[in-house]
Amino acid sequence: MANHGNHSSHAESHGSLKSYVIGFILSIVLTVIPLVLVMNPLFSKTATYITIMIMAILQFVVQLFFFMHIREGEKPRWNVQTLILGLFIVLTIIGGSIWIMAFNV
Amino acid sequence: MWESFLEFCSWFFVTGDPLIYGAMVSIALTMVAIVFVLTKYKKWGWLWREWLTTVDHKKIGIMYLIASLLMLFRGGVDAILMRVQLAFPNLEFLHSDHYNAIFTTHGTIMILFMAMPMMFGLFNMVVPLQLGARDVAFPFLNAVSFWLFMFGAMLFNLSFVIGGSPDAGWLSYPPLSQNEFSPGPGQNFWIWGIQISGIGSLATGINFIVTILKMRAPGMKLMKMPMFSWSVFSSCIMIILAFPILTVTIALLYLDRFAGAHFFTMDGGGNPMMYLNLIWMWGHPEVYIVVVPAFGIFSEVVATFAKKKLFGYKSMVAAVMGIAILSFFTWAHHFFTMGTSASVIAFFAITTMLIAIPTGVKVFNWLFTMYRGKISFKQPMMWTIAFIPCFVVGGATGVMLSVAPADYQYHNSYFLIAHFHQVLIGGVVFGYLAGIYYWWPKLFGFKLDEKLGAWGFWLWNIGFYVCFMPQYALGFMGMTRRYYTYGWDYGWESLNLVSTVGAFLMGAGFVFQVWQILYSIKHGERDTTGDPWNGRTLEWSIPSPAPFYNFAVVPQVKETDDFWRVKEEKANGTYKEEPVHLEPIHMPKNSGLPFIMSVFWFIAGFGFVWEWVWMAAIGMIGVFLTMWARSFQYDTDYYVPVDEVRRTEASLGRVY
Amino acid sequence: MQQVAKNHEHGHAHDHEHGHEEHEQLKVLGFWIFLVTDCILFGTLFATYAVMNHSFAGGPTGAELFALPGVIASTFILLTSSFTSGLAILAMNKGKVKELIGWLIVTALLGLSFIYLEVTEFIHLVHEGATIATSGFWSAFYTLVGTHGLHVSIGLFWMLAIIIQLRRRGLTPVTRRKVTTLSLYWHFLDVVWIFLFTVVYLMGVM
Repeated sequence: MANHGNHSSHAESHGSLKSYVIGFILSIVLTVIPLVLVMNPLFSKTATYITIMIMAILQFVVQLFFFMHIREGEKPRWNVQTLILGLFIVLTIIGGSIWIMAFNV
Repeated sequence: MWESFLEFCSWFFVTGDPLIYGAMVSIALTMVAIVFVLTKYKKWGWLWREWLTTVDHKKIGIMYLIASLLMLFRGGVDAILMRVQLAFPNLEFLHSDHYNAIFTTHGTIMILFMAMPMMFGLFNMVVPLQLGARDVAFPFLNAVSFWLFMFGAMLFNLSFVIGGSPDAGWLSYPPLSQNEFSPGPGQNFWIWGIQISGIGSLATGINFIVTILKMRAPGMKLMKMPMFSWSVFSSCIMIILAFPILTVTIALLYLDRFAGAHFFTMDGGGNPMMYLNLIWMWGHPEVYIVVVPAFGIFSEVVATFAKKKLFGYKSMVAAVMGIAILSFFTWAHHFFTMGTSASVIAFFAITTMLIAIPTGVKVFNWLFTMYRGKISFKQPMMWTIAFIPCFVVGGATGVMLSVAPADYQYHNSYFLIAHFHQVLIGGVVFGYLAGIYYWWPKLFGFKLDEKLGAWGFWLWNIGFYVCFMPQYALGFMGMTRRYYTYGWDYGWESLNLVSTVGAFLMGAGFVFQVWQILYSIKHGERDTTGDPWNGRTLEWSIPSPAPFYNFAVVPQVKETDDFWRVKEEKANGTYKEEPVHLEPIHMPKNSGLPFIMSVFWFIAGFGFVWEWVWMAAIGMIGVFLTMWARSFQYDTDYYVPVDEVRRTEASLGRVY
Repeated sequence: MQQVAKNHEHGHAHDHEHGHEEHEQLKVLGFWIFLVTDCILFGTLFATYAVMNHSFAGGPTGAELFALPGVIASTFILLTSSFTSGLAILAMNKGKVKELIGWLIVTALLGLSFIYLEVTEFIHLVHEGATIATSGFWSAFYTLVGTHGLHVSIGLFWMLAIIIQLRRRGLTPVTRRKVTTLSLYWHFLDVVWIFLFTVVYLMGVM
């Protein structure tokens, strides 16, 4: 039954109601801020671009930690490592395309 | 009615070329012969139970191997046809359209439908055995991958008798591949054949990553894993990162053709160069995807046949993993001449040069492994030794191409053609052949005949240099790729003729190899020990051919080359026999769903090719329903009882 | 859990169940890797969108046609559904099947209304004269947003399949794993939408 016990304790670590609610509230806040910034321009265009991108990235982080429980699971965390590698390549694809194509548009 | 039927046929089938009529007749005859044999010997049930529904990685590996050899044959025939056309100036053996179609299908087939499945075949045949696992992580998905590849390849190959072959080059650059210049279904066959098999490749990538990370025998730490498995890991990482880009790119091309979108068009805000940018983001890693496993094979072969531990194991691991990342940063060198900013060109020229470093490290590792080893020159080792100088030259010409200003001279010339054939044949094909010779006994239980193999080997090798060395010179003399003919006044005729002779020599080498396989089925030396080469890794510790569950007892690993350690300890008497305890073995059940699902993909693909929405819809609904059905299957595995394991092992000469 | 306990009475059952659970863990890792490949897929579409950002070819621009109220509504709907799918996981961890199914149904309904809003938006845009064939920009727009919508739609069918299986079989290691992967998928789609919302709509109307 040892296996059994292990499993339920493992299951409980999958976040609590509290962490989900915090995550949800943070997401809403991080959605409302850029919305307000775009509707009522407070900063310059570039500053707004940067701010709303940062908000999006923060929200991604919130989802990862509060909803997708990226901190949990057995080590080594291959899923996290693959994700980091994948995001690195995504940035390369987007950044590289823009850089290369900037000359040709 | 009859009239309109005939009209449909002449539009649907490819007409007007005697070569293609010949091919149609031979395809029809082969199909009839296969159906006849299967019916006469009542083998349909056997075919379905043992092969079409199998989830056994070894059988899937064998099917990949057979399919890839067939594709090698077709791609090779394409190559020979091209070389015949170019043997003499002003030859009218092939007309220009047919020549265009043939170089397109040659390139696409050799990379995507020959190299990829041969590689997946080797993955399947070897990796679980090397890791001490009973199967891959997801056997069902593995079968899905294979059948998707198979039906994708069939869809692609259908194009030359139905609808017309694609003819816009192996990577189908727009605007040539757009409706305006490539009307008709040929280009769609290219898109959907690759799209369907590409989904399978992606799934294989995921499957083997999880297998390698999670299914290794107890004690086999990552840094004790055999080198081939490391190279597979590197290759699979590149697959999962690169193939989604291909999926998107050709889907966008299809949207341009089918829905009138403006991604890569000349008007409407489209930009053909974006296609080049995207396709090479997949295309460059793709060549490393196929070549890195070959490096892994060479590492295994060198260690075994020099009877020494692989020199610089850690640096080798670093090199293959480094290549997996670096390969994503060189893509723009494929289109230096297209025009972009100087900083872009400088960046990509430097990254391209950098990638030669890990490759150089590997060459030295192999050489140092051989140094002072007692080398036995069996077939796998012969191909490995032939590979090293060939690949070094191919790599050096690659560095020449990476020098951007010089590339303006070499670009799209026969110099480039010679370069990439040298790395792809000298690296990939030689490597996979070495691997096939090496692991053949493990899969089939007999060795391939050495003498016929030697004929094949020398014909291939001499043929290779005779064929491709003149092409470097032709490149310098101004001959560019995709010319279907040239005049007497160009001065290219003698080198082209030599090159054609070389192509025929390689073709003869292939014939010898087919003969060798057929001969060895009856007369090949049987492998009764399970360890025909005095191997070092776990796959040689089990009988040949391996039983369906691979390992009766899961091995406990202590070192890299663990089987070698066991053999040494047994020889000097320090080996501690551990009590063997057989347990029921957990195995996946066979399933017909992967096959059925892939048939539906084929139907959908055919519908998309002809832009028959109803047919595409039927196919996609079928795909969806088979996935739905799979989700509701819970009875997917079973246990092999201890008695059966004991009986099977006894029949293979092992007593527990 | 109940299921597991019952099986213990039979000889090897314990080992077998343990094997199952380990295998289910493999599937979760495999699914994570699949999600990474999906990241690359969306990344490529984002790259295309970024390059085609100003390729209007004389046609309508995004700023002219985007109607933010609908998009804001869909954003909050998807965000909430991500939260409710998390609540489904919580219910699963407490072993409450009915509650779990209830939250999954709520999530599915939210997803369905998201799709409804997206289809309405596309119809509106087509009426305004922006189709996939209008310009490079609109091709990239429809492909990017449409691919996300397709993912959500597939997720809805998947959710339906899992709800049926949960009703039939209750909580087993297999159904647990399926709910876990489904919720990962759903959170992932929410993340993709955040970037879509920011890059396509918010930056599009600026």
